[in-house]
Amino acid sequence: MAGLDQAGFVQLLTPTGERLEHPDYDFRGGPEEIRSLYRDMALVRRFDLEATALQRHGELGLWAPLAGQEAAQVGAGRSLRPQDYVFPTYREHGVAWCRGIDPLQVLSLFRGIDYGSWDPLETGFQLYTLVIGAQALHAVGYALGVQRDHAIGTGDPDRDTAVVAHFGDGATSQGDVNEAFVFAASYQAPVVFFCQNNQWAISEPLERQSRIPLYRRAEGFGFPGVQVDGNDVLAVRAVTEAALQRARDGGGPTLIEAYTYRMGAHTTTDDPTRYRLDDELEQWRQRDPLARAEAYLRTDDLADQAFFDDLDAEGDALGERLRAGVRAMAEPTAHQLFDRVNAEISEELAAQRDAFDAYLATFEGAAS
Amino acid sequence: MITLAKALNAGLRKAMENDPKVVLMGEDIGRLGGVFRITDGLQKDFGEERVMDTPLAESGIVGSAVGLALRGYRPVVEIQFDGFVYPAYDQIVNQVAKMHFRTSGKVSMPMVIRIPFAGGIGAVEHHSESPEAQFCHTPGLKVVACSNPVDAYWMIQQAIASPDPVVFLEPKRLYYSDKAELDLAVPPMPLWASRVARAGEDVTVLAYGPTVKTALAAAAAAESEGRSLEVIDLRTLSPLDLAPVFASVRRTGRAIVMHEAHVSFGVGAEVAARITEECFHSLEAPVLRVGGFDTPYPPARAEEHFLPDLDKLLDAVDRSLAW
Repeated sequence: MAGLDQAGFVQLLTPTGERLEHPDYDFRGGPEEIRSLYRDMALVRRFDLEATALQRHGELGLWAPLAGQEAAQVGAGRSLRPQDYVFPTYREHGVAWCRGIDPLQVLSLFRGIDYGSWDPLETGFQLYTLVIGAQALHAVGYALGVQRDHAIGTGDPDRDTAVVAHFGDGATSQGDVNEAFVFAASYQAPVVFFCQNNQWAISEPLERQSRIPLYRRAEGFGFPGVQVDGNDVLAVRAVTEAALQRARDGGGPTLIEAYTYRMGAHTTTDDPTRYRLDDELEQWRQRDPLARAEAYLRTDDLADQAFFDDLDAEGDALGERLRAGVRAMAEPTAHQLFDRVNAEISEELAAQRDAFDAYLATFEGAAS
Repeated sequence: MITLAKALNAGLRKAMENDPKVVLMGEDIGRLGGVFRITDGLQKDFGEERVMDTPLAESGIVGSAVGLALRGYRPVVEIQFDGFVYPAYDQIVNQVAKMHFRTSGKVSMPMVIRIPFAGGIGAVEHHSESPEAQFCHTPGLKVVACSNPVDAYWMIQQAIASPDPVVFLEPKRLYYSDKAELDLAVPPMPLWASRVARAGEDVTVLAYGPTVKTALAAAAAAESEGRSLEVIDLRTLSPLDLAPVFASVRRTGRAIVMHEAHVSFGVGAEVAARITEECFHSLEAPVLRVGGFDTPYPPARAEEHFLPDLDKLLDAVDRSLAW
């Protein structure tokens, strides 16, 4: 597989569900933790499928499916502490889920109600960023603030803070991501660069972005890089936790390359049959993140059938709630547009707002 | 007496003393004190954590300033020269400007982006530009330009105190050319206000940044010919404060807007349109614009052709009065 470095690749769970040992990384959670990770992945997959269906029914303008990347996102998201701060792209639905953000607050963005309705500062999860790679710099800047607040290296697990920048393989070509690497290295910022290499930047394969495995870029910038099986939730969890702790301890940045695959389209407007082959998709189906975790849970008797049945029922309830919730979303008002531009509205913008209100009022049956 | 450069330095120092969250970022602003010495001595007194020499990447500077602002800091970014702001353009326009809007008002972006702008110093390429219209055309950004040391001292502090992002334009050719008395007992004007710099009767001249001084010189020259120019320093370009302008034009019936930026699609075009909308029946002549040609900024030995100056303004005054 392109860009895969067998020598350094971290895997703790094989595609068939067998546990492996790794000299540097270990997943220390017990059966309950593993079931809980599986539960998150299963519900996130359900959330994703519901969203795609809602888009097909015309309830969402667009959806960016995450199918195939559940382990990467849940593994990363579940490694966070409350005080950590995350800068996502537009596909981190699984990390949002782990951050406690209601999926409806993500769906409102894709319905065109707002640009995401969660509070970034309260949740420690920035709004989605659609300009590729721009958020990597925001993460570094936030980490510089953490440094200035002396919230690293104190040894207090409730205080020491790490920052995560998410981006994909395509974004590694962006200037902003490379500048973020430079700044992070220069200041030893407490940031983890979490790259989900899902092999495709819309239609462009990994080979168009890089001639070497992506994680090896880190060395040139002066910090460690690690390549992890992005479809192995245990490995992602172990690798991310270590990198976050390194950042919290004041050890500086790390680049994690979660080697994974985008099973679906780039977005619901994309048609991947135009640029990739079924064979490739089939190959990755054999590496499915949920299937391998389920195989492990069943083979090792870590979960019984009731667990899976309950989870199915929970997924059904989630789907029902999302379908109803999306349809019930209140439409945005014109007034909000003006009032949200700045913290202090200017007189000229207030005049534009008032003029538009007056204009709307001239229509028959206008709300007063 | 204090130069504009020294006034900015003093204003920055005051802002840093008043608010420990104020952090300065830029290229060469620390040990060197900035290529124009605007931050001279600040790193020595406030330390490297608050006066940061950054790697040489403008997008990196502004993008990381976004993150610092999210964490509760008030970053003040120095772009070394006007023409170097474009690598940061995406961060400024897509991220800084839109953050409050896209978060439905949950996140503010208190950031100041200082840009030494405009020409007249015989510089090399990309060191003399006037990019203000690009930022004025971006909802969410506020844009101001200082024209004298007293304004510079107060406006930089007011911009830093603003909860919204401010592009702060500094007329580099005036950094060391003029001195003024800074009387701290005189309370400052509000930031979002224009100012009548010289009262007059016949023609209203609107200027900002470096052209205010030119307009005042032209007004002095015109006076000897029996013509009375009213000069208004716009100070804030986005939002504009045009109430004093409208009041003036209703009296004079004539208006000329002067800036170094290219005339087409510039601040002058917007001001002219607004004057036409508000003062149509008072106008005795079309609103005229005096500014840089629609050419790239020229090499140093040709810049006098490009730049609006006293004679070009007086020529426009003649045309306005002859209408």
